[in-house]
Amino acid sequence: MTNGNSRNYFDLFGMPVAFKLDAESLAQRYRELQRVTHPDRFASGSDRERRLAVEQAALVNEAYQTLRSPMRRGRYLLELNGMTFQDETQTTADPEFLFEQMEWRETLAEIRAQADPLAVVEALLKTINARRVELERELADSLQEQQWPASVAIVNKLQFITKINQEAAAIEGDLLDAQ
Amino acid sequence: MALLQISEPGQSTKPHERRLAVGIDLGTTNSLVAALRSGVAETLPDENGHHLLPSVVQYRGITELLVGEQAKRLATTDPMNTIISVKRLMGRGLADIQHLGTQLPYEFTQTDTAMMRIRTAAGDKSPIEVSADILRVLRQRAEATLGGELSGVVITVPAYFDEAQRQATKDAGKLAGLNVMRLLNEPTAAAVAYGLDKATEGVIAVYDLGGGTFDISILRLNKGVFEVLATGGDTALGGDDFDRLIAEWIMQQAGIPRDTGHAQLRQLLQTACAAKEALSQQVSADVSITTDSGATWQGMLTREQMHALVDPLIQKTLTTCRRTLRDAQIDTTAVQAVVMVGGSTRMLRVRERIGEFFGTSPMVDIDPDKVVALGAAIQADILVGNKPDDEMLLLDVIPLSLGLETMGGLAEKIIPRNTTIPVARAQEFTTFKDGQTAMTIHVVQGERELVSDCRSLARFSLQGIPPMVAGAARIRVSFQVDADGLLSVTAREQTTGVESHVQVKPSYGLTDIEIEQMLRDSMNHAQADVAARTLREEQVDADRVIEAVLAAVAVDGELLGADERQRIDLAVAKLQQLRQGNDPRAIKTAIAQLDRATQSFAERRMDRSVKQALSGHSLNEFINPK
Repeated sequence: MTNGNSRNYFDLFGMPVAFKLDAESLAQRYRELQRVTHPDRFASGSDRERRLAVEQAALVNEAYQTLRSPMRRGRYLLELNGMTFQDETQTTADPEFLFEQMEWRETLAEIRAQADPLAVVEALLKTINARRVELERELADSLQEQQWPASVAIVNKLQFITKINQEAAAIEGDLLDAQ
Repeated sequence: MALLQISEPGQSTKPHERRLAVGIDLGTTNSLVAALRSGVAETLPDENGHHLLPSVVQYRGITELLVGEQAKRLATTDPMNTIISVKRLMGRGLADIQHLGTQLPYEFTQTDTAMMRIRTAAGDKSPIEVSADILRVLRQRAEATLGGELSGVVITVPAYFDEAQRQATKDAGKLAGLNVMRLLNEPTAAAVAYGLDKATEGVIAVYDLGGGTFDISILRLNKGVFEVLATGGDTALGGDDFDRLIAEWIMQQAGIPRDTGHAQLRQLLQTACAAKEALSQQVSADVSITTDSGATWQGMLTREQMHALVDPLIQKTLTTCRRTLRDAQIDTTAVQAVVMVGGSTRMLRVRERIGEFFGTSPMVDIDPDKVVALGAAIQADILVGNKPDDEMLLLDVIPLSLGLETMGGLAEKIIPRNTTIPVARAQEFTTFKDGQTAMTIHVVQGERELVSDCRSLARFSLQGIPPMVAGAARIRVSFQVDADGLLSVTAREQTTGVESHVQVKPSYGLTDIEIEQMLRDSMNHAQADVAARTLREEQVDADRVIEAVLAAVAVDGELLGADERQRIDLAVAKLQQLRQGNDPRAIKTAIAQLDRATQSFAERRMDRSVKQALSGHSLNEFINPK
């Protein structure tokens, strides 16, 4: 945090530091904060105010995006608790998840050779999504019990899921475009 | 009733005077200007009662030019000097233009700044200058109609415009002498014009098919807040493409060769457009065309034939709709209303297909040509400060991911598309070679993996990195995107603090110096006029700043200590005094001094607003204690 006015994103939104949060009141707080920080509120203000508004509104946006996504929120909570993440290099030690990863990667790699690639990619997206929901539930429990290293492992899995979801969605997009 | 305030004689600031602000839709085919008059947004007509200004400029000589209807009528007589659909060229390089797939009759020149220019009778013209010529006409129209100088304008851009296209649009505004308060995305403007925030709480889609661009935006509305969830589009797809396909069909039928002359092409496009428009009323349209050889070809185009021609293009827009819905994580059943924008949504076929796709009949109550300008006018009126209590807030997104080139020509995304703006993100990079002391930062925009498939926005270099082993330096690159969707980038070596900053001036843009020079040239007058204008600009700026500070002090004066208050009062007094004089540089310095004097105050005010918002109370409770 760069500003002295709040200690962390949860504080900024006036919410308890916890994984479980009420999405509706988060969105509500977000709109209230944007109302007071958005640059449009300072369009005829001084240059100083306008620059400040851009910075503050950007901070509010960043905080909102972080708290809104279960994966990012979990990671942020863990970082607040002193856990660190090494991007890219971290792999999972869970053999079942490793196997799943390999399967999904293979499906994506071979997708163009399928008779109905769109159906395959849509099925894959559905599977990935179901797995994501499951992992988010696990993460909630694990954080509740303050199982920090176990939670880090789940967040890593979710990060992988997010990545492969993006790749699959991009392929789906290309397939739709080619239709 | 509140008492009216009367300012002291001779004082420059008149806080309660309604300031003039307009919204401008700088369209591919037509442009419009709109303003709030007696509380109602209206487009402003020219002296002949025409609201639409065709976005056509004809250069007839060094200083002689026609803009609008006349230029359009004479387009076929001098195609090389008549610039139509210049919006398609904004922020583009020569290579992009060749990829547009449209045959353009102009001769292009490319200067060393990579800025593409069109050769005309008035000299080489950049698309920015051509656009500025259109904006000037709208500005004159607005100032004549509203009876005064404009304090600020909002110019609309397609939501899918990239950074270079946005910057080019803002520069065109500057060049036309306008204070561009905001670049507003066209679909968002349309949603504002419909006032849907008052009637609806939920998700709406805005389908905007103009002459040359297509946009789809998905918005969530909630008590005056318009939150864009996702946006998609195609900056090179519009009604012009429909015309082109129909024109090609006519050419085939009439046996006109593909390499026919420019004048014939223009005639064909006009005939095609007329047939397209007729087919929204009738099931068939007569088509007749005079070929270069003087022969006349007559034929008929049926609705079915036209559908076969244009359906693939409409399908393309629907595919984009589907992707955008996916980005917004929404399906069509969640979309409560669909707003139609852009002249091309007049086509019956477009309405049919969109209705089918979203399962709801689209809203077409407001003239699709005017709706964007009307929304922009509403926003302009609020931004200029005429409605301090308005609850409306527009939260827009960037349409395309912003990133950096990394090793191997790969693009690393820093800010993904559909991120709400303003936004600031940073990422750390390191050196590749031992002893490396400089690093080139190449900023790109787009979704593809390879830099060569993305749009290059800017390159700059960070010099003076202390020599270290490869991978030891820590270079933090920060991106900041403002509410206009414009980017600035800072690179900083973390161990030494060496810093480099660029306001991204895209590869295809004009430099500030060029704009300054053009502003001078465009006035075509003696130095005295330039000086008078500079002075006027500083005075306007001074008035704005003084007013903002006085308003802030009036509301939050108790946040100030006696010392600080005195310093601010002194700085205000000094600026008020200098503002009466005629030294623009002194005024500028005094503005900067006042700005410094209020720095800490501005920060505390913002903090306080945030805290008040936090405690769950509405800000109004604090501002107007009962």
